[in-house]
Amino acid sequence: MKEASGGNLLVRNVHLFDPSEGISKEGESLLVLEGRVASPGSSVPAGTPEIDGRGGLLCPGFVDLHAHFREPGFEYKETVASGSRAAAAGGFTSVCVMANTNPVNDNAAITRAILDRAREVGLVRVFPIGAVTRGLEGAELSEMGALSEAGCIAFSDDGRPVSTALMLRRALEYSRLFGKPVIDHCEDMPLSNRGVMNEGTVSAELGLAGIPNASEEVSIARDLAVLELAGGHLHVAHLSTAGGVRLVREARRRHLRVTTETCPHYFSLTDEAVRCHGTHAKMNPPLRREEDRLAVIAGIRDGTIDAIATDHAPHAPHEKEQEFDRAPFGIIGLETAFSLSLELVRDGHITLSELMTLLSARPAEIFGLPHGSLHPGGLADLVLLDLEGEWEAGRPGYRSKSRNSPFTGRTMKGRVAATIVGGRVVFEESRP
Amino acid sequence: MSLWESPRLLLDPPRIDRILRRMAHEILEKNQGPSGLYLVGILKGGEPLAGKLAQLIEEFEGTHPPVGALDVTLYRDDLSGREGLPLLRQSHLPLPIDGKKIVLVDDVLFTGRTVRAAMDFLVDFGRPSRIMLAVLVDRGHRELPIRADFVGKNLPTSHEEKVLVDLSEGAENVTVVRPLPGEDHA
Amino acid sequence: MPERSLPSSPPSIGPHLLSLSGMTKEKITSILDAAETFLDVGHQTVKKVPVLRGKTLVNLFYESSTRTRSSFEIAAKRLSADVINVTPSQSSVTKGESLSDTVRTIEALGADGIVIRHASSGAAAFVAERVNCHVVNGGDGCHEHPTQALLDLFTIRKKKGRIDGLSVAIVGDILHSRVARSNILALSAMGARIRLVAPPTLLPRGIEGWPVTIHHRLDRGIEGCDVVMALRLQLERASGGYIPSLSEYASLYGLSARVLERHAPEAVVLHPGPVNRGVEISGEEGFLNEVAILDQVEFGVSVRMAVLYLLMGGRPEEAALLSMPARGEGS
Repeated sequence: MKEASGGNLLVRNVHLFDPSEGISKEGESLLVLEGRVASPGSSVPAGTPEIDGRGGLLCPGFVDLHAHFREPGFEYKETVASGSRAAAAGGFTSVCVMANTNPVNDNAAITRAILDRAREVGLVRVFPIGAVTRGLEGAELSEMGALSEAGCIAFSDDGRPVSTALMLRRALEYSRLFGKPVIDHCEDMPLSNRGVMNEGTVSAELGLAGIPNASEEVSIARDLAVLELAGGHLHVAHLSTAGGVRLVREARRRHLRVTTETCPHYFSLTDEAVRCHGTHAKMNPPLRREEDRLAVIAGIRDGTIDAIATDHAPHAPHEKEQEFDRAPFGIIGLETAFSLSLELVRDGHITLSELMTLLSARPAEIFGLPHGSLHPGGLADLVLLDLEGEWEAGRPGYRSKSRNSPFTGRTMKGRVAATIVGGRVVFEESRP
Repeated sequence: MSLWESPRLLLDPPRIDRILRRMAHEILEKNQGPSGLYLVGILKGGEPLAGKLAQLIEEFEGTHPPVGALDVTLYRDDLSGREGLPLLRQSHLPLPIDGKKIVLVDDVLFTGRTVRAAMDFLVDFGRPSRIMLAVLVDRGHRELPIRADFVGKNLPTSHEEKVLVDLSEGAENVTVVRPLPGEDHA
Repeated sequence: MPERSLPSSPPSIGPHLLSLSGMTKEKITSILDAAETFLDVGHQTVKKVPVLRGKTLVNLFYESSTRTRSSFEIAAKRLSADVINVTPSQSSVTKGESLSDTVRTIEALGADGIVIRHASSGAAAFVAERVNCHVVNGGDGCHEHPTQALLDLFTIRKKKGRIDGLSVAIVGDILHSRVARSNILALSAMGARIRLVAPPTLLPRGIEGWPVTIHHRLDRGIEGCDVVMALRLQLERASGGYIPSLSEYASLYGLSARVLERHAPEAVVLHPGPVNRGVEISGEEGFLNEVAILDQVEFGVSVRMAVLYLLMGGRPEEAALLSMPARGEGS
């Protein structure tokens, strides 16, 4: 995408809503000039495209800290193009993509290739995450300097944890050179053993091998102790357990530089979902118990959890249509994240302002990413929301190449009406 | 559900008693005595009948022939009609049937399909020297080339009628009911 | 026959037998009663009834199990069904023919029923969702093995005359046991009192709600029991770290004549087989004969005949209308 030559756009009849700038004004229009929000009173150049906001909420676009676009290597699951379309449809203007591609994004060439593809596609801003270790193998540090230079905004071996406490120490220490976070998929693999879902009443009944909560907690505890030793910035990916929330909360109290995200499925579902959704409810970390779901919501409320990320993990139908223990972990999430998160507001757990912060300002801030703002001069990465609009997830289809979601068919309230990146409309829902 | 006229009594207890006595005599006569006889009732209507015939044979000859019972469900050719799978009953043949003169006993002979099933069952169970058939009522409408050796009463019926046999002790009776006209009783 | 009052039907056990979850006492009893009838078929000169003539049963066994496969095969043949055994080699599985492709192919070949044995929990339900023919779970991973539990119940009823009110101890590797899961469901439906006897490493987490009491010591666990069911211990559990060694397991949880005499003298001993002699059950002379294993094998055939008859005895279009126990209700 060509950031230098942002578009002009006039969005009429909207409710401007940008809590980080303290803006909430109904019945307004917003003019974008060259990809930036124009100062009040600017004249509208001839030929400026317009959209009718129909009274919807115009907010800074969403920022996803955790997605898998699968390119290069697994283009049958997702590509930068299809992933970008899914992101745009979900209101995301920036997406951080994980390194577990094939080849792994552990060198600058891959990073540049991903960025080139994203530029050609020209929909949303794509920020590659580089591998912590070469080939994700956990043995040698990847060239973080070169990766950083090429455009990686963070480092992660996601899909698996950083192999050892020593490796994590080195990664945290070395990444300080670039001021970029190390994202860890916190899981004690030997403790998870061959687990395929949460360990508890449901796994006992279904006879499926369980992944205990302790598997996440042990790993977070290790990471926090190492963080204290090494310094740097640790970002805990996809927090799912009550114990994990407690550990992070306690570390924050001690002013450790740890940030964290959770995903909509961890506050929307429990392991009971495995019964009816089968492999579409299989992801890692797994859906947990109700106590954990509530603890995750509590973590969101009290700010322990900084961001809502999607962990968008597409898999082809033939991969998910397998025996439960053989199917890969992961579900798609870009297109359902906002509507599911809005349920937190509707249920009174958080305010709409807080939700916007969790989806946009805060994730951008912790990873140092550009993000939209309604303030004059602000980046025109915006999303137009219809809070009352109802839709059915996955009908008629997803923009993602894959459709592995337990939410397919769920009636959602609140939808993305349009997504604007740098003043250009990259998604607009078809309306009668 | 069809509606039925009230039942018409055809055979009362004394009549049935006389018929059974005659049948027992016929069986003995045809087989030159009770030796080698083996009565096998088809469950569930034929079982009490076989028991009564065996009692009468004992009364006449002093020996009680062995009595067995067959549940022919597994040999039926119409399994799972509209009413779903029938409940299985326990067949019991107290002695081997090889070389025996088997008298299959049933209450009503109609299409002949039950008897066909019973014969198939017997053949799987062993090799009797002979199989005969005794029925209390032959109501016609055969669908297979089967004929009874001993018939209590020939009773012409219409296909739609039902023949009900009750062999409870002392109150034995056979009645016929016919559907009320105008009802769909297919 | 129209002359007779309509025969009362046994309750439908579904188009499929995937799990014993939700199976009522009435349904289980009807299966056991039917099995009683089929026991006699084994004593006929011609050990066969024509009830499934013209139907084809496919034994799809991804795990080798001579015992269960032969039992289903004999059961189906005694019902006059045609039986095909399909045992995909591990190599063809890893080469990529998926389970769903395999079962769709089998169905297209004209199978009326599939018995599936598979290492993955949930595989039988997975198959049932993808085919229109009947599916019988012949053991799926650590989930369930319904026909094994039914034959255990049948054996118990034969030996003890009833199931209701009996105390049954299930001893061994509950964690990985599909036999235990199915037995717990079926025994509790029938009103038995169940004790699980195992070291904590071989008990699943999340069983607080199960209708069982937990014991870690064998002597207390089997004290006064009417039935002791020993589970087969997969020998690799020791290397997996669940137990320190087979000999320690044998000394703590192995059943012997002495232990039974002292703590459960009236107990019937069951084992799904094959027995690891000297591990679950002591190898002492004569003791193995007291274990009801061979009875279980014989009863297994008639129980499986009953199951196949009840599932497949009707016409296919009717069977499809029968309601199956809903999976969402807790299987």
